[in-house]
Amino acid sequence: MLLIDCPYCGPRNSTEFRHAGEAGKSRDLASATPAQWRRYLYEYDNPLGWVRESWFHSAGCRRYLSSERHTGTNEVRWVVPFGTAAPSSTTDEETSR
Amino acid sequence: MSPSEHWRIERQPGEVIDRSQPINFTWNGSPVTGYSGDTIVSALMASGVRVMSRSFKYHRPRGVVTATYFDPNCSFQVGDEPNVRAAHRQVREGDVVRAQNAWPSLSFDVRAANQLVGRFLGPGFYYKTFIRPQTLWPLYQKVLSRFSPGGEPPPIGTPHEIFDKRFAHPDVLVAGGGPAGMAAALGAARSGASVMLVEEEYELGGHLRYGGVESLAALASLRAEVASFDNIEVLTDSVVLGRYDDNWVGIVQRSGMWAKERLIKARVGTLVVAAGLIERPYVFEGNDLPGVMLATAALRLTGLHAVKPGTTAVVFTANSTGDEAVARLRSAGVQIARVLDARKGDDVVRALGRGKVTGVEAGDGSTTEADLLVTATGWTAPTSLLNMAGDRPIWNPQAARFTPSELIDIRVMATGGIVGDGSTAELVAHGRAVGSEAAARARGEVPQSVAALTPYPHPALFQSTTVGFVDFSEDVKSKDIVSAAREGYDSSELAKRFTTSGMGPAQGKLEMVNTMAVLAEATDRDFESTGTTVWRPPYAPISLGALAGRAFEPERISPIQSWHNEHGAKNMVAGQWIRPEHYGNPAAEAANVRSRVGIIDLSPLGKLDLRGPDVVKLLNLVYTNSWDNLAIGSVRYGVMCAEDGVVMDDGVTGRLGADHYLMTTTSSGAGNVWDWLEMWLQTVHREWQVTITPVTTALVSINIAGPHSRELLSRVTDIDLDPASFGYLKVRTGSVAGIDDCIVWRIGFTGELSFEIHVPASYGLHVWQALLEAGKDLGVAAFGVEAQRILRLEKGHLIVGQDTDGLTLAYQAGLGGLVKLGKDDFSGKPELVLQEARAGDHSHLVAIETVDPMLVPPEASQIVVNGNDIVGRVTSSRMSPTLHRSVCLAHVPADLAAPGSRLTIVLTNGDRAEAVVRENLAFVDPEGVRLRG
Ligand SMILES: [Zn+2]
Repeated sequence: MLLIDCPYCGPRNSTEFRHAGEAGKSRDLASATPAQWRRYLYEYDNPLGWVRESWFHSAGCRRYLSSERHTGTNEVRWVVPFGTAAPSSTTDEETSR
Repeated sequence: MSPSEHWRIERQPGEVIDRSQPINFTWNGSPVTGYSGDTIVSALMASGVRVMSRSFKYHRPRGVVTATYFDPNCSFQVGDEPNVRAAHRQVREGDVVRAQNAWPSLSFDVRAANQLVGRFLGPGFYYKTFIRPQTLWPLYQKVLSRFSPGGEPPPIGTPHEIFDKRFAHPDVLVAGGGPAGMAAALGAARSGASVMLVEEEYELGGHLRYGGVESLAALASLRAEVASFDNIEVLTDSVVLGRYDDNWVGIVQRSGMWAKERLIKARVGTLVVAAGLIERPYVFEGNDLPGVMLATAALRLTGLHAVKPGTTAVVFTANSTGDEAVARLRSAGVQIARVLDARKGDDVVRALGRGKVTGVEAGDGSTTEADLLVTATGWTAPTSLLNMAGDRPIWNPQAARFTPSELIDIRVMATGGIVGDGSTAELVAHGRAVGSEAAARARGEVPQSVAALTPYPHPALFQSTTVGFVDFSEDVKSKDIVSAAREGYDSSELAKRFTTSGMGPAQGKLEMVNTMAVLAEATDRDFESTGTTVWRPPYAPISLGALAGRAFEPERISPIQSWHNEHGAKNMVAGQWIRPEHYGNPAAEAANVRSRVGIIDLSPLGKLDLRGPDVVKLLNLVYTNSWDNLAIGSVRYGVMCAEDGVVMDDGVTGRLGADHYLMTTTSSGAGNVWDWLEMWLQTVHREWQVTITPVTTALVSINIAGPHSRELLSRVTDIDLDPASFGYLKVRTGSVAGIDDCIVWRIGFTGELSFEIHVPASYGLHVWQALLEAGKDLGVAAFGVEAQRILRLEKGHLIVGQDTDGLTLAYQAGLGGLVKLGKDDFSGKPELVLQEARAGDHSHLVAIETVDPMLVPPEASQIVVNGNDIVGRVTSSRMSPTLHRSVCLAHVPADLAAPGSRLTIVLTNGDRAEAVVRENLAFVDPEGVRLRG
């Protein structure tokens, strides 16, 4: 089970969190076509590699968090409060181990 | 069977039996005596029993092979417990032990005739024989279940056993308590780490336990050293089941505590895998005859249990363990008729005999009489935990076994036989070094490498002929794998599934490498290109009881629950809540609300206190309707949709002050809605100033409903209830039954004049009792959830999740009037815009009347057209005590939604019932006169 290092609470089991989706999807109500809107609703990039995503620490501090996780190894490289700048991150090609 | 001592040998230095404590048990009804410390199987062997089971497919007699937990032939029924691993389980006084899969008896087995029809039971026979015609599947199922080697589950009514769960956070967890594992625990403990040392047998020691005097001396000092450390927790008769992300490790503990089994979930700093080696059987004709066993099995039976496994033995050896078995058997009084040495080119091609070994045919064609054939032909590294950590072990042809590649995670290390070989001192030195490094890594230090332990060279020995068995528990022969390869199942994963080799109880521990070897030979490939199958969790079986274990889910109850229980409540589970379904007669409770007055405990209702200047913006965003002009002192009903337009929750929100609101949600949706609001505030509109406080359990909610509700409430409150000033959908605060700061609002879920009171929770019971006392002459009575469901259905009010499902958009639920598409933004808007434009296409929620007024179609009954085409369903149905007829809500397609449309409903017994769509969702008081009164 994934361990997520909450910046407020420390390392906690992922069962305390709710996965809140890939980061960077734009919710553009005004100009999205129906097709674009449904891509926003249902489609994810889901690449093999580093992804930025959001987690909600529902059974802890109840704060939304941003993180970067490797979908192959499940390594979580960093976790920060939602809306704060990401730590200067290594390139997508690099694996940390 | 008499308690014969014929097979028990003189006292052995490492024996684990206590000869002063005889244990009496029965085997297939006959009395047997063993000693304390015996396994069931060692006690049987000591009494001369050689046939332990009948094989799965061909019902061939089978005996001891490994004498370990994973012995494929030694699963027994013990009392009411099936599938007991009897070569592991210690025998207990009074055990009632029976063979499985041997009806009517072990010695006379009618299904042994299967051997004669074996050619119809070739590889893939499940898939080929039992496919068509499909109508015969129930018959196939019966046939297959008779083949099942499993025992009998306990009968219904058997007292429950206690299973438990535990969480642990060791710095270092060592899987395997042999010499290297014990040394790793010591190496880690010396540097101060907290260590959990997990051993699958009843004692630490691994192969040292059944070794010679030097091994036993080394074991004694290791055990003493382990015992001297308080920071090493030793778990015996326990197995590491699996390793998951970030070293989340599951362990099953099988004995030695108050619970029957315990599942331990551990978050581990560094996992050290010290699983040792599993001895591999050899494939030759007759290799499954009772009397053919592994060298480690012979060493275990003699060394640990002082049991002589035969009288005259042939030993086929390729390594020092085989050589040790020769010496041990000789000293145990077994006559060694012949030693066949694979290192000198000797081979075994056939075990002779029917039902037991009587002789051995060697590779040179000569035969030797013997009742015991011991093989020592190589080792399998149980790399499961490394597989689970992402490692893909590689085939080492010089050592004829798999060894770890590069360990993918720095928090997973390995020591002992799984990585290499050595003297006891070398194994211990490696273990200590690994343990010390594991502790350092758990502290977060930069990883250092540890000097390698390399495997000894070993001849690659798998099979002499293609006639023998590769998988004893699944009855798969070498030639089955060859023919599977010929049929095109030439990849290891395909061949495994097609032949089921490695899919039995041992899960590949004994069979996997031989399966690969046979497949490689059959397809003329080497091991590398044949590939291997991946070991997945669990490594060892775990009972469903342990997985279910003790629930850590507390129940929620209202502060009024004690009153409910004292007054005949029949309780129901509603999400996390326990609440009264009714107090004996729900129809009467509902009728009392319609005619007089009732009160219901609605405490589970979700309640969120919202404060801040931007609450209205939030309400406009999450509800589909408009909240701009909600005056202080008013409440409004709203529906929430997810971003895909699906109805998610509903409820009433009241404005208590300029910047202060109380939102109610469905009982089951309270948590979701809270998360949902936080999502909008924390990730989308971070500039909005709103503070959310959950107050579900801070307030007790009581609904007073019925024509006398105003009269009742007026007797206990100082709030002015005059309908001119306190109208429908208004909210007031004041004192109720002497309790200040109660919130009271007028809504009408039941369709009656009603007041909902939210009271500080600790006064909830007081207010409840005060209402009952004050309303005696008015006929006040409590009503439960069932009466409320009847009342709301009579009124045509929907329940989210009952009358909607995961695909119901707002318009389909008849909630179009609450959707304000003119708002700039709200959750679900784009989808609802599209749905509104296609109003003619989608299904509708309608009220329907069955033509037979006394017929209540079960909820979820299908609505059909053209015979059997399903086009809709009944979502709610009840007998109405008010109208004395059935009342229903249903989802129907647009072309059947018009009032007067006739519907056909399929009932559970297949009968059809006719129904008619009504004009209005409400059966009772469609104009809303009563609730506005
Ligand atoms: Zn947190």
